[in-house]
Formats: sequence, C-alpha cells, structure tokens
Amino acid sequence: MSISLNLIADLQQIWQYQFMQHAIEAGTLTALFAGVTGYFIVLRRSAFTAHAFSEIGFAGAAWAVLSGISPLIGLLLGSNLGGLAIALLGRRAANRDTQIRIVLAFSLGLGLLFLSLYAGYATETYSILFGEILGVSYDQVIETFIAGAAIQVGIGFMYRPLLFASLDEDVAEAKGMPMLALGIAFMIIVAVAVSFSVQVTGVLLVFSLMVTPGATAQYLSRRPSRAIAASVIIALAATWIGLFLAFYTPYPVSFFITGEVFGFYLLVRLVSGSFGQEKASPAGILRPPVDRSG
Amino acid sequence: MTEGQSNLITAENLSAGYSGRAIWSDVNFAFGKGEFVAVIGPNGAGKTTLFRLLLGLQHPMSGHLGIFGATPSRGNPHIGYVPQRHTIDADTNVECLELVRLGFSGTHWGFNPVAHRDRDAALAALEDADATDLAHRPLGALSGGELQRIFLAEALVSNPDVLLLDEPLSNLDIRRETELLHLVNNAVRTRGVTALLIAHNINPLLPHINKVMYVANGRMATGPPHEVLTSETLTQLYGVQVEVLKDPHGNVAIIGVEEHHGDLP
Repeated sequence: MSISLNLIADLQQIWQYQFMQHAIEAGTLTALFAGVTGYFIVLRRSAFTAHAFSEIGFAGAAWAVLSGISPLIGLLLGSNLGGLAIALLGRRAANRDTQIRIVLAFSLGLGLLFLSLYAGYATETYSILFGEILGVSYDQVIETFIAGAAIQVGIGFMYRPLLFASLDEDVAEAKGMPMLALGIAFMIIVAVAVSFSVQVTGVLLVFSLMVTPGATAQYLSRRPSRAIAASVIIALAATWIGLFLAFYTPYPVSFFITGEVFGFYLLVRLVSGSFGQEKASPAGILRPPVDRSG
Repeated sequence: MTEGQSNLITAENLSAGYSGRAIWSDVNFAFGKGEFVAVIGPNGAGKTTLFRLLLGLQHPMSGHLGIFGATPSRGNPHIGYVPQRHTIDADTNVECLELVRLGFSGTHWGFNPVAHRDRDAALAALEDADATDLAHRPLGALSGGELQRIFLAEALVSNPDVLLLDEPLSNLDIRRETELLHLVNNAVRTRGVTALLIAHNINPLLPHINKVMYVANGRMATGPPHEVLTSETLTQLYGVQVEVLKDPHGNVAIIGVEEHHGDLP
C-alpha cells in the first residue's frame, strides 16, 4: 500500500478493504453525533463531567471484558450511571470537581484491576483506552447507526429548550421547563455518545471528537445552528483525514484525529484573536456578515 | 396615580419562608394593571422570595397570593422575568438575538418550523429595549448595562402583563441606571405592564414608580412612596425608631432598619 498523487485512486484503494469501509462508516456516524453533542457539552460547560463518565465507563468496559460480554455494554452501563448521578447532583455539579475526581481515580483503579484479572490484558486495555476503529465489525456499524439516530432525534426534540436551559437556566426554569428532566436526558445522551465514540477514539481521547470540534465551532459562528454545523464538519473532516493518513502511515488513527482537531482549534483561536482576551469579541472575518435566517 | 383594577396581583395575610421558618408574614397588598412598584429592603429580607412565589417556584407558608385571579403556577406565559443570576459569561459566544428568540419560543420542543415569527418578535423586543444594535453581538462581550437591556428584551418578547425584575440595576453606573429605568418605565406606560423591580437604592426609582414595597425584619410596607417612606409609617411598622431623611431634591435615606437604603448626595 503506497500513496499516489491520484486522490481518487487512493480512495479506491482504501475502499477495497472491508475493515476500512467499516472504519469510515463508523467514523462518519460517530463524527455526526459527536459534533452535535459536543456543541451542547461546551455550551453547558459540561466538558469535565462528560469526561468524568468516560472514565467511569472505562471501569464498566473493563468489568464487561472480564465477564465475557461486550465492552460496549459495560461502557454504556458505567457512563449512564455516572451521568445520572451527575445530573442528579444538578447545577452544583460543576463545583464538585474534587468529589468527581475522587470517584474517577477509584473507578480507573477498578478498571485496572478488572483488566489485570483478564488474560488478554494488554490488547483490550489498549483498545478501550485509545480506540480501535480499524477493528470495527459490520454489527458495530449498525449499532453505531442506531445509537447515532437515537442521539440526533433526542437532541432534535430537545433543541430549543436545551439551548434555552443552557443559556439562561433561571428564566427557563421560571418558564416551566423541566430542568431536572432536561439535565438527565442530556446526560444520558452524552453517556451514549461517549460510549460509542470510545470505539473510535478510546476513553482517553474521547474529547478530541466530543469537545474540541464543539469548542472550535463556538469561535466560528454566533448562531447555534451554524456553530453545530461547523462542529460536525470539523469532526467529520478530522475523522476522514485521520483514517486516510493512518492507512498510509504506521501511526494510529486516534493520534491523527486528536492532532488535527487540536491544530485547527489553535488556528481558529489565533485567527479570531481570542487568545488572552477575556472580553474580546471574535474577529470580524469569522462573523457572518448578514443575518439571513428566515 | 392610575388605580386600574387593583387586583392583578393580590396578597392576603401572606407568609413565606423556608423549611418552616417564616421570612416575612401577614403581608397584604394589591397591584393593578400598569403599576410600577419598587421593591426595596436589606439583603436576605425576602424580596426574591416574593418573586419566587409569584413565579410559582415556591409556595406560600400561609395566606393567599393571587395573580391574574388565580394562584401562581410555574411557567405562566404572562410573566416576564429577569433573574438576578445569569449563566452568561465572557466565553458565551452566542449572539444576543438568539437569547431573545428563546425568550419567545424556547419552551417549545423541537426545531422552529416558522423561524421568522420569533425572529420578528425578538427584533421588536430588542427595539423596545433600545438594543437593536446589539442583536448580532455575542452575549459574552456585552457590558453590564448592555446585558440588562438584552434581558429586558428577553422578558418583553413574550408580551407579558407582569414584569419581575430582580436587581437589574446592580453593577450599573448612574447613567446606565437611568437609561434602563426609562426603558422599563416606557414598557410600563406603553404596554400597560405591571412591573415589580427589586433594587437597593430607592432614589433613582422615585421619579418613575407608583408604589414602593419596603421589605425588612419580616414585614412589608406597601403603598405610594410619599405614604410609605415616612419616619412615622416605618417606625410604626417596625416598632423601632426609623428615620426617613429627605433632601431638597426629594432623595430619601432610610436609617434604622438594619441597613440604610438610599443615599443622600
């Protein structure tokens, strides 16, 4: 396998391999829901809590491996339980980073124990921590499709109340929005999104698809609908380019994805001149010149 | 001034508090359509509690509270609310128009099928709040006075009959304070809205308000400012010597109830 100057020929070559087909399909589906979910995670300042249950999910996945069931089940169980607990803690959750960290340290330790009890220790640990997109099966693609569809429908349904609750919690509450239910529903969506993103990026790198595109997109548009579109495009581009590069090099996909989104984040912040300026408005060049929402 | 129907908001022997402990009790008042009421008093006296009762976020301990002829319930679309606390910070890079639109349709599920309706309503509300020029600015980049105008637009956009404003003047300099009060006053006069505004200093409000509600030490005094803001009324109500000082410009300072409210220049 060597890269040519003909992009079409390269892509045809990649598509010949079934594992690459599955990787591209799963990666695309993941980028779609990760980009959308990521925008809300950043808007709601939930990045830390979102990461928290990816690590709780790690303990769940490790337990599942030990028990001989799919790591995905364990991830879903662990991250959903974590998400539910954090949602029930409510708006003060952000101030409980010490408590959350303490629980996280323990859950990572538990995960380590489960994996050390398991014979296939090294490979399983590696794939849970850093992702294994090149080993995705057809069934996993279908699972990812179903989960992705559920996530998109869920966020689509909650779209306006979720935006409202994220931007102005007290007014939304006074207007009768079910804040606790919204918080729990969103945390469950994030837990599912994290669990399915893990097969692409792994537990440790889940932020590269779940948070960095959303954070970058906030500098690109002040209109949520456009920022969400930007977030999805960044996640998609990073996944596709990452898979392409990984196919022709000996380096892991996850590295390319994290590198691309990080590089683009830095670039956008440099261009928008938002480094170190607390109250600065992002630069005019990135601002939509006329508002055309109809 | 305008008497209107003095029954838009009514309280009879109303008591409120948290976990069995009353914060104020046996309160009676009635506010009609188009009245502008200043709610003043020390920190922790229960001013915000009154708003929470009206919004249906909290229930009275005893007595009766009525709004639009019914008991308060959460999510009343006829109330516009500006809370004291907001989640907006410098990192919030969302344009102001979006927040005002959410004030109009943010409680509806799903996407917006007819976006121009809430967009038009939001632009009209921004104009009423003298904030048209802020429509496409990011929320995080606004000054305190600009933010308060956006919050006012967000509250006005649903065309409410009652406006509850919780300390909108805090952190504003005198010029911004005057500007915002004029905007609220305009909404009261042109839309016939009944506005309750919590503030620390009564003096900038005096030219605009019909009534004042003085909350302190578990009691409330309500009525036109010239009746409530006298040494006799407040001394009688609180049972301790309270002095209301007035300067030649009509500014008042209340001395003797925990803190003093108002500044004589």
